[in-house]
Amino acid sequence: MSVLLDVRGLKTTFPVGAGQIKAVNDVSFTLGRGEVLGLVGESGSGKSVTGFSIMGLLEPPGRITGGQILFDGTDLTKLGQEEMRRLRGRRIAMIFQDPMMTLNPVLRIDTQMIEAVTAHRPVSKAEARALARDALGQVGIPSPEERLNAYPHQFSGGMRQRVAIAIALLNKPDLIVADEPTTALDVTIQAQILAEVQKLTAEQGTALIWITHDLSVVSRLADRIAVMYAGRIVEYGDVAEVIGKPHHHYTAGLIGSVPSRNRRGSRLAQIPGMTPSLLTLPDGCAFRTRCARADGDCAVMPELTGQGAHWHRCVHPNTQVLA
Amino acid sequence: MIGWFVRRLLQSVFVIVAMTVIVFVGVNVIGDPVAILIAPDADQAERLQVVQSLGLDRPLWEQYGRFLYGALQGDFGKSFVFGQPALQIILERMPATLELAFCAVFLAVVIGIPLGLYAGLRPRSILAKTVMAGSIFGFSLPSFWVGLLLIMVFGVQLGWLPSSGRGMTREFLGIHWSFLTLDGLTHLILPACNLALFKVSLVMRLVRAGVREVLPQEYVKFARAKGLTERRVIFVHVLKNIMIPVVTVIGLEFGSTIAFSVVTESIFAWPGMGKLIIDSINLLDRPMIVAYLILIVFLFVTINLVVDLLYTVLDPRVQHNGEG
Repeated sequence: MSVLLDVRGLKTTFPVGAGQIKAVNDVSFTLGRGEVLGLVGESGSGKSVTGFSIMGLLEPPGRITGGQILFDGTDLTKLGQEEMRRLRGRRIAMIFQDPMMTLNPVLRIDTQMIEAVTAHRPVSKAEARALARDALGQVGIPSPEERLNAYPHQFSGGMRQRVAIAIALLNKPDLIVADEPTTALDVTIQAQILAEVQKLTAEQGTALIWITHDLSVVSRLADRIAVMYAGRIVEYGDVAEVIGKPHHHYTAGLIGSVPSRNRRGSRLAQIPGMTPSLLTLPDGCAFRTRCARADGDCAVMPELTGQGAHWHRCVHPNTQVLA
Repeated sequence: MIGWFVRRLLQSVFVIVAMTVIVFVGVNVIGDPVAILIAPDADQAERLQVVQSLGLDRPLWEQYGRFLYGALQGDFGKSFVFGQPALQIILERMPATLELAFCAVFLAVVIGIPLGLYAGLRPRSILAKTVMAGSIFGFSLPSFWVGLLLIMVFGVQLGWLPSSGRGMTREFLGIHWSFLTLDGLTHLILPACNLALFKVSLVMRLVRAGVREVLPQEYVKFARAKGLTERRVIFVHVLKNIMIPVVTVIGLEFGSTIAFSVVTESIFAWPGMGKLIIDSINLLDRPMIVAYLILIVFLFVTINLVVDLLYTVLDPRVQHNGEG
């Protein structure tokens, strides 16, 4: 499988006052064509910022301060605004978290879909409209021709997310960055959307980065998982490996706190403490203040170590196999 | 939509009728016009004759009834001073005011919106900061003072622009307009700028605030994620979302400029309605005051109706069903 995306040592920082918040700190991963990567972490772990860094859509004053993002051989961090714009929406698309907010409330669906096509391809409005109609049909929106004339507020949340997905798929991109696209939806709708995205990306051979805090979603969808904590990847590997034999205690904690894994009647397992502020990270492993296994050795930042398809950033790796 | 429109029209009629009562009663308590109209040495018989000829000897309700009866037929009574139909005199002066108001609002739109956009998009730039600070002056300096200053600088010291009257006019559709002649245009510049200063500041601040509010929205980010050009993101996705407050304010400003540009018209000797109403109030010319105020109410009601209709065009979520 050829490599589509190769992120190497990515660093994204936000200046605050005199200091710098390292929202993404030395993040590396690769993604093959058609592969699905689950990017997992709590709020503030840097997973969304990683996504926006790839899209070139960081909110100023945030900026990429180091590393490379090689997309099909081109380093995206070196591209100019216009070159990046031509790539966005055509070869790399994005789906956002809250479908109620992603569509412009005062523009009709057809306007918002047609512009996504004509921004990249020299096609007539009628052709673009036909493409838009087909894309809506593809994501399971009934009577797409009429729905094209509707405004976003005439759709439900789930339907709006389908529209957003249709827009992302319009130009048959090589990569879709999905930033928690099912978090804001009902559980039943979540499952539908998930199945839909899985089917469509598989059909088109689109690679997917699925950003989420929900391990159960990722375990069903992804080929590989990267677990992020405080701006760094702490564990990375094939889904079965990471979920089945988590090496990092943070990953183990996350898996342990999924309700279905807990025995009925017993207290829900949880990770003690809370995510540290990125301004006051402890030296060494950022998780050590919450980790039961932490000792003096953890005061030095562990390297990402491992073999083959499973890497972790921990000096006392977990060896227990989770049932 | 039709139901809403009919209701709105009925409301408007009610507002106008209520206004006639208020105005009619109001002008009857502010003073006796007869004292001003007759010669100081007139005797009681002459005085009585004037009172009778103006119908002022009748009870108030009867005067009002007659007025309303006439008004329904488009007759707002004759001016005490000019002896001509009040409405006709006002309408003769109206083009001058309309022209001035249009120019001022036009300036507010073509200067205020781009500046506001710029200040909203580049809030840290020096130009944006300068313009925002300048807008505070635009708000707070009294317009008579700015008007005098404009005359001093451009009319007197530099001598570039005329500062009094309408200049040459040309007839178009049976009405005299200044903006159709070069001379008229030069006469228009100073008063229009004077009126526009406040409006430019207002529109600019509104647009800036709107841009600051809309830019961080997810749909703007999503529009960028689609790979749209920055131009399309700003002028379609952002601008369309901030037009509702801007249209509201422009509508109201347009109305109030027509109605109350008294100060500017006086300073620049612009022969518009504002100057007319001040003169009429000084002479207690009741029919003129009543006709003028009712015309203004009519104007505001119409503008608000148009603005409400524009909302539906600008924002699909605004629907005028039954309520309203």
